[in-house]
Amino acid sequence: MRRLRFHPCGNYRESYGEELRIFETDFGRTAMLCGLAVLFLVVPFLSSPYLLYVINLTGITAIGALGLNILIGFTGQISLGHGAFIGVGAYGAAILATSWNLPLFISIPMAGVLTAAVGMIFGVPSVRLKGLYLAIATLAGQFIIEYVLIQWEGLTMGTQGIVLPEPSLFGLSISGDRAFFFLIFTLVVLMTWMAKNLFRTRSGRAFMAIRDNDRAAEGMGIPIFPYKLLAFGISSFYAGIAGALWTYYTMSITPEPFNLDLSIEYIAMVIIGGLGSITGSIFGAVFISGLNEILRSLSDILTNLPALQGLDLNPAALRQFVFGLAIVLFILFEPKGLAEVWRVIRSSFRLWPFSY
Amino acid sequence: MEFFLQLLISGISIGFLYGLAALGFVMIFKSSSVLNFAHGELVAIGAFLFLTLVSWAKVPVLLAFPLTLAGSFALGFVIERVFLRPLIGESLIFVIMLTVGLAAMFKGIMLFIFGGNLYMFPEFLPSWLSLQWAGITIPPVYILSTAVGLVFLVLFGLFFKYSSQGIYMRSVADNQPAALSLGVNVRRVFALSWAIAALVAAMSGVVLGIINGINVHDLASIGLKVFPVVILGGLESIGGAILGGLIIGLLEAFTGGYLSPSLKDVVPYGVLVFILLVRPYGLFGLVEIERV
Repeated sequence: MRRLRFHPCGNYRESYGEELRIFETDFGRTAMLCGLAVLFLVVPFLSSPYLLYVINLTGITAIGALGLNILIGFTGQISLGHGAFIGVGAYGAAILATSWNLPLFISIPMAGVLTAAVGMIFGVPSVRLKGLYLAIATLAGQFIIEYVLIQWEGLTMGTQGIVLPEPSLFGLSISGDRAFFFLIFTLVVLMTWMAKNLFRTRSGRAFMAIRDNDRAAEGMGIPIFPYKLLAFGISSFYAGIAGALWTYYTMSITPEPFNLDLSIEYIAMVIIGGLGSITGSIFGAVFISGLNEILRSLSDILTNLPALQGLDLNPAALRQFVFGLAIVLFILFEPKGLAEVWRVIRSSFRLWPFSY
Repeated sequence: MEFFLQLLISGISIGFLYGLAALGFVMIFKSSSVLNFAHGELVAIGAFLFLTLVSWAKVPVLLAFPLTLAGSFALGFVIERVFLRPLIGESLIFVIMLTVGLAAMFKGIMLFIFGGNLYMFPEFLPSWLSLQWAGITIPPVYILSTAVGLVFLVLFGLFFKYSSQGIYMRSVADNQPAALSLGVNVRRVFALSWAIAALVAAMSGVVLGIINGINVHDLASIGLKVFPVVILGGLESIGGAILGGLIIGLLEAFTGGYLSPSLKDVVPYGVLVFILLVRPYGLFGLVEIERV
């Protein structure tokens, strides 16, 4: 048996492979495996149904946030249309499942591929536009997709929405939060693993080069436009998977949730979690979902408070206020997000007691 | 024909208001390159401030209007000082998201206090302002909005051409390092442009409120309508903002009248995508040439 690896007290890497390694120490790998074991073997059996529901939604959100972070955090293309892409995935899966009667294990990936195609179409403006012009173009994309979802009644049933049959996987019916937990979190682990490895490949490196300096990247011979399109495609693929899972989980969809607010919520997750960090996307998803739930129950309490009832105020709106406040505070005080906080905490443990 | 004229007139007057809202937006962008997603909320804040003063505090209209403008001016100043100044030099996504966060905060506060209901200002416009012309009636608010639009356009034209602050602002927009080295107080210019933008936004909010009634969601969505307007006119051009506003306003009125009301809201964004693909710098914007 080889020796266990610990953190070296300096940069002693000798090969490119060592540089690219995901787990620097054996301890990290063990911790990750233990964490996954706890996630799959303990969490679904100990949580209450409500908690499990929140955890499931958080998992779905994490997939979407990962996708957006690939686009914004790693490729540097700002997209304000992520919510609409999630809607495309959700409707794609719903239509495939109802009109075409496709089983779940085909319709979810197909919804992802479909969304990737739509995302690449809306990524085409990136050939000429960048920065804020691109942000505005994706904003237009958001409104156009939203309009199509509402108005194309032949396909999407308009505001009436679509109700799905009970999903099943290889003959086993998937119903209830616990069954979905395994489906969702298998996908979460798979997609995280894919995203983590994406940035060890040629394409992922090209994405980061484009983010850091697109002109320099082009000068180094990276074909910018195909890679930008690929980034849009991959990001939308993640959005599509998240949307499809959402559809199957809630069993019925309407166009309302997939509005600009959802897109903004996802950008908030990516920023609060940490731009350009895989773990950060998951932190962001957990933070925002948790905040949403806490604020929802808080506003319920406030609404029923007798002191406030006479005043004709709307405590539900405070949710939006706190949400905006969280974004603003993170940008002003911790622009690198929770991933940076996590790194600081970890390194202060690692370096203890000589933290200089 | 009458229907056409009616649409033309409402399109022009709404267009003027879009143009006014866009004017503030362009001002912020020109001086500090900040894309302000909270502009619609500034519009709504202006309208609600006026509503509070007129309906609840019973301040006479002629006093309430300047008070609203002064309040918004101060608000714009504070926003720049507290939120935007620490971000000078940060990357675009943070600046955009900061204004998005501000928008959510303002919207949350307004919804908390006023809810999503539709409010109306008390009637105060004299009826002699309305015009009878070629068989159609032009309501007084349309006259008012066009007049306000024109007056402020002229005022801003004069301000930028002759006043020293206006010239400072133009110089910062033109070349920031050069303006700095010539002793222009760039920070004050940033603050001033936010203050003026908030003031203009409040004004268009008040007039829009008179036309359509005041509702947080409706007024805040004006902030998103501004994007097609400014992209069409060119992000750096004040005249372009007004012209873009007129074009988008007319386009909306005609698609709403002849095609379908639901298409009305999405057509400006279709135009937006088209312009971005064909001529991203808009009608009067600066052409940025970039070579590798």
